[in-house]
Amino acid sequence: MAKTKVLERKPLSFAEKTFLPQIVTGLKTTFSSMLQKGVTLQYPEERPTIPDNYRGVPTLVKDPNGREKCVSCQLCEFVCPPKAIRITPGAIDAEAEPERAHVEKAPQEFDINMLRCIYCGLCQEVCPEEAIFLQDIFSLSGYSREEMINNKQKLYELGGTLPDKHFKWDKKKAAEATGNAH
Amino acid sequence: MEFLDASLPYIMPIVYAILMISVFMGLCSYSVLAERKVSSWIQGRVGPNRTRLPLIGHLPIVGNLMTGLGLFQPVADGLKFLFKEEIVPGHVNKGYYYLAPVVALAPALTTMVVLPFGRYVDAEGIIQPLVLANVDLGMLIILGISSLGVYGVVLAGWSSNSKYPFLGGVRASAQMISYELAMGLALLPVFMWSASPGYYNEAGIFVEGSRYGMSLFGVVQSQQAAWTILWQPLSALLFLVALFAETNRLPFDMAESETDLVGGFHTEYGCFKFGLFFVAEYAHIIMGSGIFVLLFLGGWNFLPWMADPWGTGILGSVLSVAWFMAKVFFMIFFFIWMRWTLPRFRYDQVMSLGWKVLLPLAVANLVFNTIIIALYDTLTR
Repeated sequence: MAKTKVLERKPLSFAEKTFLPQIVTGLKTTFSSMLQKGVTLQYPEERPTIPDNYRGVPTLVKDPNGREKCVSCQLCEFVCPPKAIRITPGAIDAEAEPERAHVEKAPQEFDINMLRCIYCGLCQEVCPEEAIFLQDIFSLSGYSREEMINNKQKLYELGGTLPDKHFKWDKKKAAEATGNAH
Repeated sequence: MEFLDASLPYIMPIVYAILMISVFMGLCSYSVLAERKVSSWIQGRVGPNRTRLPLIGHLPIVGNLMTGLGLFQPVADGLKFLFKEEIVPGHVNKGYYYLAPVVALAPALTTMVVLPFGRYVDAEGIIQPLVLANVDLGMLIILGISSLGVYGVVLAGWSSNSKYPFLGGVRASAQMISYELAMGLALLPVFMWSASPGYYNEAGIFVEGSRYGMSLFGVVQSQQAAWTILWQPLSALLFLVALFAETNRLPFDMAESETDLVGGFHTEYGCFKFGLFFVAEYAHIIMGSGIFVLLFLGGWNFLPWMADPWGTGILGSVLSVAWFMAKVFFMIFFFIWMRWTLPRFRYDQVMSLGWKVLLPLAVANLVFNTIIIALYDTLTR
């Protein structure tokens, strides 16, 4: 059984009973806090520093050679809990990229409905091609529901290019050149 | 021309009055700004810093500085109150409901008539106060009229027909009555000392009777050597505490304590009627600061034991007014500073402080000073 410790309370001195010394101390405290620098972030002009791995708006990224990384496997569409992602698979333009055409696919349409998205990051986690990333955009607004649906073009605009250590297609070419194609 | 000369004595007081009202109302709106700014600085925030008027606000450096200090904010605040939708709850007692803000504001603005705010030297070389009406016993007028302001609060609380405003009104009236006594008694020693029974005139002859009577101007003039607060600290303290209670400021803002009474007496008020209450509160604060400066902080006298450096010309008058205003601004700042330093008293604590501490102390202070004055007069004559 825990012992109860009774604290001894000293009777207040006369100065303490008048509260005046305490009030003066309090006034000093408030005055010194007035001289300190404010902690306010002037929001639209000043932005907070966003930590790495922040789960902001999901975006599509391209590889350093400017190729679309998404192969429209639709895993993200499948895993998305609120069903915010809708992908229409399509073929790669054979004239622009003859090597990749008929080997991989690319999304014809890729819509993420930001009114549904819950920023869970499962799409990023599930993507086998590392094509979709939740980046540091945290404030997003629009005047209509349609405006809040990010289409493919918008997603690539937001995403840009991320440094990529895989260089899948460069490696494949190198392997072909050395006769080691699988 | 002749007509103009004849009517000038009637026109000039009106002009002065309008001037003073404009300055006073300007001060009110800027003390609201000061309240917001100082509060935010104490809390580590920035405060209003976005409102920008066209033209002035876009001047190179000055515009940004003024915007950052929020100097255009009062305009925006006032316009907001003016143009908001005016909602009158269905359950209020209409006539009194509309009357209350006016009753609250009018006394607060009336008292400034007898408040001297500077001095000038007239043609005969005698120092005269700058005041709208230089009446003897101006302090009585101030005490009498400013406590009428509580009728506005009570009326608002009652006519709102709703429990929280009603509680606020009841609390306000009880608090006002309790602290009015201590306030008046704390003042008496100051006037007893300043209105001496006689004085030595320029020729060195003792003249019976007080030179300035009991006017506020006389109190200020008697403080040329030492400010009253230096040798009457107890009176000053009692008066200051009572002043905080009378102006309904924290730690005594029983009438509108947000935590237990929603908004207190003005809960049911919106837009411009609320604005009037707000202005009235700050008018009381400014008047209170002005009176405290006049009575205890030496008015426009420069510093204790230093002769006034103000000259005899117009510049001297302006300087004396500026110095007085500087002291008033410090007091307004002190009111706000105190707000963020002390927590609110409980209602019963307010009452017991008023009746059991302040009132006996004020009476004791009065008796003590009376005896001292009696001894002093019998021994020195």
